[in-house]
Amino acid sequence: MRSWLFTLILAVAGAALFALSRFIQNDYFFFAGYVVLQYIVLSTAWNILGGYCGYVNFGTAALFAIGAYTTVALHKLLVTSRIYPMSMPELIVIGGAVSAVVGLGIGYLTLRLRGAFFSIATLALAVVIQTIITNWDYVGGSRGAYVIRPPSAPLVGSYIQYLFLVMLVLAVISVAVARLIERSRLGYGFATIRDDEIAAEASGVPTLRLKLIATTLSGALMGMAGAPLPYYVGYLDPASGFNLAYAVNSIAMPVIGGTTTWIGPLIGAVLLGTLQQWVTVTISSAVSLLIVGLLLVGFVIVAPNGLVGLVRPLFVRGKG
Amino acid sequence: MSFPIDLLINAIIAGLLLGGFYAAVTSGISIAFGILDIVNIAHPAFIILGSYIAYIVNSQFGLDPILTSIAILPAFYALGAVVYQVYYVSFERRGQEALRGLAFFFGLLFITEVVLILVFGVDYRYVNAIYIGPTLHFGFVDLPLRMLIPCLVSLLLILLLQIYLTRTFTGRAIMAVAQDQEALRLMAVNPIRIKRTAFAISIATTSLAGAFLIVIQPVEPSVGRDYIGRVFAICVMGGMGSLPGTVIAAMLLGIVESITATFYGPSWAPAVSFGFLLLTLAFRPAGILGR
Repeated sequence: MRSWLFTLILAVAGAALFALSRFIQNDYFFFAGYVVLQYIVLSTAWNILGGYCGYVNFGTAALFAIGAYTTVALHKLLVTSRIYPMSMPELIVIGGAVSAVVGLGIGYLTLRLRGAFFSIATLALAVVIQTIITNWDYVGGSRGAYVIRPPSAPLVGSYIQYLFLVMLVLAVISVAVARLIERSRLGYGFATIRDDEIAAEASGVPTLRLKLIATTLSGALMGMAGAPLPYYVGYLDPASGFNLAYAVNSIAMPVIGGTTTWIGPLIGAVLLGTLQQWVTVTISSAVSLLIVGLLLVGFVIVAPNGLVGLVRPLFVRGKG
Repeated sequence: MSFPIDLLINAIIAGLLLGGFYAAVTSGISIAFGILDIVNIAHPAFIILGSYIAYIVNSQFGLDPILTSIAILPAFYALGAVVYQVYYVSFERRGQEALRGLAFFFGLLFITEVVLILVFGVDYRYVNAIYIGPTLHFGFVDLPLRMLIPCLVSLLLILLLQIYLTRTFTGRAIMAVAQDQEALRLMAVNPIRIKRTAFAISIATTSLAGAFLIVIQPVEPSVGRDYIGRVFAICVMGGMGSLPGTVIAAMLLGIVESITATFYGPSWAPAVSFGFLLLTLAFRPAGILGR
């Protein structure tokens, strides 16, 4: 399928989903749906670097929170003081840009070394960015910050529906980008890095440049996913913004769905995201996190290619 | 205002004591990551597990946390052997340790933390022992016993490990497995068995490190995360797998953190290790004692 056609179908499917959900009177649907859509963006973003290039990023929470805290800072600087009331798309673009720069920086420092060092550096990045935010009083420090949601939203009226729509658009964009990459020269370059980086380097693939492109793209999408968060929660403190759940989910969802295609993270995010919403409501959030951890460990041991890897042999049996 | 020199000297001494403790925390990673090339990011989770076992035994039976941790060393050794076996069969043998191996250890780290939260809650836990209160004074220099004892036991542990690695046959085989598995096979040694032993030793050290941690500070389940940056920073700076290098790097990080905490406030201390790690990776990836 051509990429533009795929993107069009995806956009139509998104529009249809939103149109249908407008019939649901319950606001909770939009709150829960927002979280699932947010995980689609995060796990797709993670997969661009982790699944396509084979570089494990543990710093999703940091890049996500950078987007969220950029919004908090801009909200305080501009919106509250009425200098220039920024709209949501502008906040998302800026939040994405800041996270992209941070991603590029950490990639530039560590991607020239073996893969493990990059992973360790991203793990440490989360701790340090959290330390900086906790000590930064302007955005609330350790006390957290309140962000007052506007009473109504453009286009759709209800603000939570507007946030849902924004995240839906982001999810469509990120899945379309992921599929575009997968089928392009860039994607083949990424795959050579994942399969044998030394051979790729020897064959003239500009591995460092490709890895930096992947890190920047992935970071940008994570930041964009984080930017609307303060308006969604209304109150943001470092412990919730940097919650380890974001890092675990963004790894577990692609791994459970399957890391080599765009559909893996999508399936993983929808299934695991919905499951978590359900368990959080019926049992507790700690148990839902435990389930994610157990599924992650179980899948990497038993089904290393995820659900896609389990299902694919049923369809392509003939090609063997 | 004159520069508070006595404050600085106290900060340096506190840093050295802290560094001794960091050395114990990192010695396991120096073996697992430095020598065996296993990126065990779940290492701090095992340390927290050690802390909670010391806490349970201490609060139930009043036993000394450090002695308890020495008594349960064999259990941690066995746990390490099991974890390595799973890791070897599922990832190393298939050549998939890069992505999935990392995800596996990350999952272990996360599961341990969540289970501890479910069982014990997020309250800070602490232990009682005779050396936790008192402090030795030499002039204006303070030596709190709760720092001094872990530091001394830790240095003793590392000395024993170093003797083991350089003087015994198995120890030398562990050092050799990093360099040439085939040569080891030619010497009629099974490299997998050697790696399992080494990884088991690496996890065994977390039992002691966990007891030190809960002696030094109260512990809650997510404390371990702060140590991920630290242990890998120290391991890389120490030259990946060199125990003397680990001790020097640990002391250095301890001093810098302690000075930061004294002059800028303790909330900045976690950022120090990251700065250390990044600078090391960017400028001196072979470590301070690097070849």
